[in-house]
Amino acid sequence: MTESSFTFDDRRVGFTAGQTVGAALIGAGIRSWRTTRVEGRPRGVFCGIGVCFDCLITIDGVPNQRACLIAAQPGMAVRTQEGGGRDQLAV
Amino acid sequence: MTSSRFDVAVVGAGPGGLAAAEAAVGAGARVALVDGAGQPGGQYWRHPAGDLDAVADLHHGLKTFRAQVRAVDAATTFFGHQVWTIEKVAAGFVVRAVVAGTEVEIAATSLVLAPGAYDRQLPFPGWDLPGVYTAGGAQALLKGNQVLAGRRVVVGGTGPFLLPVASGLAARGAKVAGVFEANSPLGWVRRLPAVLPVAGKLTEGAGYTAALARHRVPYRSRHAIVAAHGTDRVTAVTVARLDRDWRIVAGSQQRVECDAVAVGWGFTPQLELPLAVGCATRVDVDGSVVVQVDEAQRSSVPGVYVAGEACGVGGAALATVEGAVAGRAAAAVATGRAAGAGAVPRRLVGQRNRLRAFASAMHRTHPVRDGWRDWLTDETLVCRCEEVSAGRLREATDELGATDARSAKLLSRAGMGWCQGRVCGYATSCLVAAWSGRPFEPGAAAERPVAVPIPLGLLSQHPGT
Ligand SMILES: Cc1cc2nc3c(=O)[nH]c(=O)nc-3n(C[C@H](O)[C@H](O)[C@H](O)COP(=O)(O)OP(=O)(O)OC[C@H]3O[C@@H](n4cnc5c(N)ncnc54)[C@H](O)[C@@H]3O)c2cc1C
Ligand code: FES
Repeated sequence: MTESSFTFDDRRVGFTAGQTVGAALIGAGIRSWRTTRVEGRPRGVFCGIGVCFDCLITIDGVPNQRACLIAAQPGMAVRTQEGGGRDQLAV
Repeated sequence: MTSSRFDVAVVGAGPGGLAAAEAAVGAGARVALVDGAGQPGGQYWRHPAGDLDAVADLHHGLKTFRAQVRAVDAATTFFGHQVWTIEKVAAGFVVRAVVAGTEVEIAATSLVLAPGAYDRQLPFPGWDLPGVYTAGGAQALLKGNQVLAGRRVVVGGTGPFLLPVASGLAARGAKVAGVFEANSPLGWVRRLPAVLPVAGKLTEGAGYTAALARHRVPYRSRHAIVAAHGTDRVTAVTVARLDRDWRIVAGSQQRVECDAVAVGWGFTPQLELPLAVGCATRVDVDGSVVVQVDEAQRSSVPGVYVAGEACGVGGAALATVEGAVAGRAAAAVATGRAAGAGAVPRRLVGQRNRLRAFASAMHRTHPVRDGWRDWLTDETLVCRCEEVSAGRLREATDELGATDARSAKLLSRAGMGWCQGRVCGYATSCLVAAWSGRPFEPGAAAERPVAVPIPLGLLSQHPGT
């Protein structure tokens, strides 16, 4: 059923049209893609709807994107995010 | 960028907002329908972009949804527009949304706000492990993406919403190792007078129960997931029997292997936007802060109507009725037609009353009881964003003397991270109240200056915010 793929660090992750980046990663068996600032603990999706910010990820060089909200696109370069990312947003 | 002026702007395109937009269009108003998601549906009718058929088996009421989507064809839709604030101006309101880092202003005479809710959470040891999801999150993966949260999933918390989550997972091939409901659903039986008039709802519940039986999913009341285990991802949970106050019954702990967990303890309404325009609130039966509305779904701010979970958690059917009432009323004031109390159709008033009685009965049957606090250890994270443990929060109350959630937040940083206390706010308020001996402050975490993250450059253009 896989139609397209993006890269996650050095591997290829397939997705079907309409899936979010986070869902595609989970579908590929990947549960975490970020480490926390203080304890370096792994995090992935928690709320799944854009509320908790656990799923932050770097996409095409832009950090702090919510993987559970961003629609997967063919050819995206998705990367693990460590620590605070870059504090460029007001929350 | 400013769009043209509308009679009614509806924010939220879930069951409440869609019904409101449909009603407002039907009343002859020029309507803007705004939602941060790329398509209509909200949490209830969530589906993969453009492909509802793929998940039709997981849904109820699709006829209503499809009819609403057709009806709102006559509205101007703003999907993918995240509203970060709403301003009151002389001629009405300006809804400010961000799309790809730029701002769009939508001006309207009256407003219907239907922003919905998110899962209410309680911390427990290991709840920050990857593979632990909110119940709604597991549902969003399934309904919105056709992805299973795991192969062997444990579902827990309280409330009837655990049932569709478990039966959806089972229907799509996950092994559901158990549904652990902390309360006793026998409470339903005691409250049958409130429940019977909405037999349709009960039937839906019965349908889920049958599906769970068919898939041999164990259902345990007075049980909870009290810890999750694993190093870098969840591999098992501890499940325990609870007493009346939700304290763990000694010796009842059991280990259940799993690769995913879905937990939810009811819902927390999303109040940033109603609070931004100044709507008065009240505390609902479930302890949630909700917008106070009258017969016509009118808030305390003239011209602002609220529908759905934001004025009381009660499910999709209630949201739909409230939306229909709010949309008519908002259209009537905006287009200058009379909107006296008599304008609310009796049929809708009756439906709303029955569904609200049902919701109250549900909340009374599925309260959060105090014993969950004993499941925590000093190391258990309470605030996931700032990584504040129960021990540190306790220090802030015991040693540094914080007596309310706000000062505990300043002293411990709980609730000061990315999510702005959306996830830990309820638990933090409960814990600080218990430890300081002061009353529980349900509203302490609800107010946030911006509803969604926005680029700093944009914020600097609005010195008043
Ligand atoms: C994750 C999740 C999954 C759920 N799944 C189910 C289910 O499967 N079955 C069930 O019976 N109940 C489910 N519920 C309960 C469900 O929320 C309600 O019963 C129903 O959807 C409420 O309708 P509503 O119109 O009030 O809000 P919602 O359906 O939540 O709709 C609110 C809409 O407002 C939009 N919105 C909110 N804030 C903004 C903003 N600042 N800018 C732009 N748009 C905004 C959201 O994107 C959303 O589309 C779920 C709840 C959650 C949180
Ligand atoms: S999982 Fe919570 S914001 Fe993405």
